Amino acid sequence: MSEWLENHLPKVVLAPSFIAVLIFVYGFIGWTAWVSLTRSKLLPKYEIKGFMQYERLFDSPRWDTAINNLYIFGALFIAIAMVLGLLLAILLDQKIRVEGAIRTIYLYPMALSMIVTGTAWKWILNPGLGIESMVQGWGFPNFEFDWLVNPDYAIYTIVMAAIWQSSGFVMALFLAGLRSVDGEIIKAAQVDGIPTWRIYTAIIIPSMAPIFLSAFIVLAHLAIKSFDLVIALTGGGPGYATDLPATYMYAMAFSRGDIGQAASSAMIMMLVVFAIVVPYLYSELRAKND
Amino acid sequence: MTDLSMPQTQTRSQSATGKIALRWLLYILLGLFALYYLMPLFVMLTTSLKSLEEIRTGSLISLPREVSFDAWKTAWSGACTGIQCEGLRPYFWNSVLIAVPAVAISTLLGALNGYVVAQWRFKGANIIFSLMLFGCFIPFQVVLLPMARLLGMMGIAGTIPGLIFVHVIYGLGFTTLFFRNYYVTIPAELTKAARVDGAGFLRIFWSIFLPLSLPIVVVTVIWQFTQIWNDFLFGVSFSQAGTQPVTVALNNIVNSTTGVKEYNVDMAAAIIAGLPTLLVYVVAGKYFIRGLTAGSVKG
Amino acid sequence: MAPILDINNLFKNYGATEILKDINISIEPGDFLVLVGPSGCGKSTLLNCIAGLEPISGGTLSIGGKDMTHVSPKDRDIAMVFQSYALYPTMTVAKNITFGMKVRGVDQATQDAKLKEVASLLQIEPLLNRRPSQLSGGQRQRVAMGRALVRDPKLFLFDEPLSNLDAKLRVEMRTEIKKLHQTLDASIVYVTHDQIEAMTLATKIVVLKGGVVQQIGTPAEIYNNPANLFVADFMGSPAMNLIPAQATKNGSGTEIAIARETGDTLVLKDTRDLSLPKDVILGLRPEDIAEAGFRAGAGVQEAACLVDMVEPAGADTYVVSELGGKQVTARLHAETSAQAGEMLNLAFDMSKVSYFAKETGERLN
Repeated sequence: MSEWLENHLPKVVLAPSFIAVLIFVYGFIGWTAWVSLTRSKLLPKYEIKGFMQYERLFDSPRWDTAINNLYIFGALFIAIAMVLGLLLAILLDQKIRVEGAIRTIYLYPMALSMIVTGTAWKWILNPGLGIESMVQGWGFPNFEFDWLVNPDYAIYTIVMAAIWQSSGFVMALFLAGLRSVDGEIIKAAQVDGIPTWRIYTAIIIPSMAPIFLSAFIVLAHLAIKSFDLVIALTGGGPGYATDLPATYMYAMAFSRGDIGQAASSAMIMMLVVFAIVVPYLYSELRAKND
Repeated sequence: MTDLSMPQTQTRSQSATGKIALRWLLYILLGLFALYYLMPLFVMLTTSLKSLEEIRTGSLISLPREVSFDAWKTAWSGACTGIQCEGLRPYFWNSVLIAVPAVAISTLLGALNGYVVAQWRFKGANIIFSLMLFGCFIPFQVVLLPMARLLGMMGIAGTIPGLIFVHVIYGLGFTTLFFRNYYVTIPAELTKAARVDGAGFLRIFWSIFLPLSLPIVVVTVIWQFTQIWNDFLFGVSFSQAGTQPVTVALNNIVNSTTGVKEYNVDMAAAIIAGLPTLLVYVVAGKYFIRGLTAGSVKG
Repeated sequence: MAPILDINNLFKNYGATEILKDINISIEPGDFLVLVGPSGCGKSTLLNCIAGLEPISGGTLSIGGKDMTHVSPKDRDIAMVFQSYALYPTMTVAKNITFGMKVRGVDQATQDAKLKEVASLLQIEPLLNRRPSQLSGGQRQRVAMGRALVRDPKLFLFDEPLSNLDAKLRVEMRTEIKKLHQTLDASIVYVTHDQIEAMTLATKIVVLKGGVVQQIGTPAEIYNNPANLFVADFMGSPAMNLIPAQATKNGSGTEIAIARETGDTLVLKDTRDLSLPKDVILGLRPEDIAEAGFRAGAGVQEAACLVDMVEPAGADTYVVSELGGKQVTARLHAETSAQAGEMLNLAFDMSKVSYFAKETGERLN
């Protein structure tokens, strides 16, 4: 018995976690997938009715807004955070004297809860008392900056806050990438008399392709899961102008009592995430095992 | 010789001036970006120290004329989160009660799992690890509904143990990943030597691997603590009045519609809610960043 | 006496890949067995199987007369020294050495006595309170040996213990291991890819290739009578000259014809009574080719050869000439007057020649 235990202890130790993951990740995904095919409303029903929840979802103007917002938010957030992150990384890579302190400042928002970030930016962007009134106070009485409460522009305030929160992290990723480029290649290029900006564009940045991919995956993943920031900053409003799939799902699940819609929207979110993450993880794991 | 070297010196000094100018530009740019990142924190802090009257009349970025800690007091023990007006304090402690055990349990399990996956490979261990890893990346929306039902069935819906349970389950993937990636760098010969020496699975973990693990324990604890403290989705979905974590309470204070909008209290509350993770970041920033990058770039 | 280690028909597979095929090895107490072969030949896997760190797929294995096929490493009464030394990084040298005893519940007094004994034997007393990271490579090596010695096991296993040391230290430690073996009269299985280590240390050598035993024998047997072309080529440095040749029976002896680049044929006569096929590979060690006049004996044949290259190596000078389309190395005395591009009379000691079948590579004589 003790011999058996000694030999199988590794499996015994791993088993509870594995079973937990099987049930609470894969089993639950299965449950949600199943329920997304039923007419569940306030309570789940288990009789499969086909794809009617998905049809309802795609017919819903609110979901339409959420998806459109995800496009706008995702594209701008990823693009700007990447460009800003790369720029900051390159600036910091110039043998800056107080690099440590500056890095700390650029990155601290990442330690904050999205709710804290949302609260701060909600105040800053407050039309009556925030930036708008500050600039008006500087002698521009006609200055208007009411994006937070403007249905057409509110989504951009979420982009702004999200970039503030995450761009420092992208910088940290890129900085690590810049530092990992083989120093001898750079020295060789310097000896060849290649100007610094050319060394960046022709040698260093192309060799960081995997980091770009990582940064993209992380940011895309953040964008799709974005929930807290919207809740704290706009609450999804005005109206549902800043709804994202995550807030739509939550509203359906917990305030509208429409479990079928919640499940189908969650499944769509998961499919989007998996479409991005699975190929990446697969290639990473394969590279590891070789 | 001399007339040849003359123009050379000139160009050199010219380019040197150019370099100094560039250098200045560089530092100015970096400084401006630093201001950009610091500005919200600065605004939060000054606003929290102003009176409501001053907020209404003054500018966003002006320093408080009269420093007042009333807003902080209210935020801590008097602000209303809906109908209750006890401030953030009880919810702050809720977050502590959730985070501490959840971090400890998920870190310990992650260490054991990582140790198995990295050092005691058996058939299928890699598949198990991959499945756990994929689990890290699911949008949690997809498990919210069944989890809510399960917590109900287990009788821990809306309780702090329920939230601890949820955080442990969905933290396992990352903690396992962290420890696994750390332990694979430790040569397998070490385990072999200990086995020949007569030590078993747990003895080797306890006497050899755990003493080596301080850096990765710090990384994992910080990562998990930040994740759990800052969590909102699970908090808002699986808590009820009285068991909410601090993030949920903060959101309720800010969006509370009763009474006058007290921006200074909102800001003080936001800082209080953000302080623990911010503190961790300032004290152990190196490990925080290591966790972030390890959590995003495998390996 | 019962063999201290007895391996019978051992097989080891990883999935469908066969790593070790039908291994049969047996050693007596006090033997120093060296498993040698190129990387990937399965020698380390075999050692891990002996240690019980890898389960075996077939066959049996006994240590000290007891069947150990399915026994876990800790109960096999073995100690092992690893290539990377595998010292426990968070423990001091003393703790490293006593960890095994501590795990087994040996009392403190015995632990202290044993530690003292081993530390003085290996002259590591001043290091006992240091951590592995504070030690040099050679010191780590000693500590790793100390950890094994303190256990006083039936069988010592060494997995390429010297390959992480620099050349000078390696030679020193080699001598020391040999001395330890002699003073302790220990039974050792030692893995290396270095054939010189194998030759100098072993009382018995097993040459492995592709998971198959090529030859088992004393260093002299392996060196003088390699069982096949692989062993002939692998053991010895510079390697044995392996020259394609044609054999013709002539009276009681054999005439060996070797083509030369000049177009003519070099004919050497082997007076031994052999029955060889026509196409053979002739194997002759560099030291069995000398400068004419420096080697005498019944089998010595002299022939003039064109010197392609002269490589002085201190104690000896190597001369390279082309025979049978191969670069053939002769080991001459250091003061030779051989010049590249000139003819030189070489003496071939045909009594030392090994013959191998051209197709199978197996030894013929």
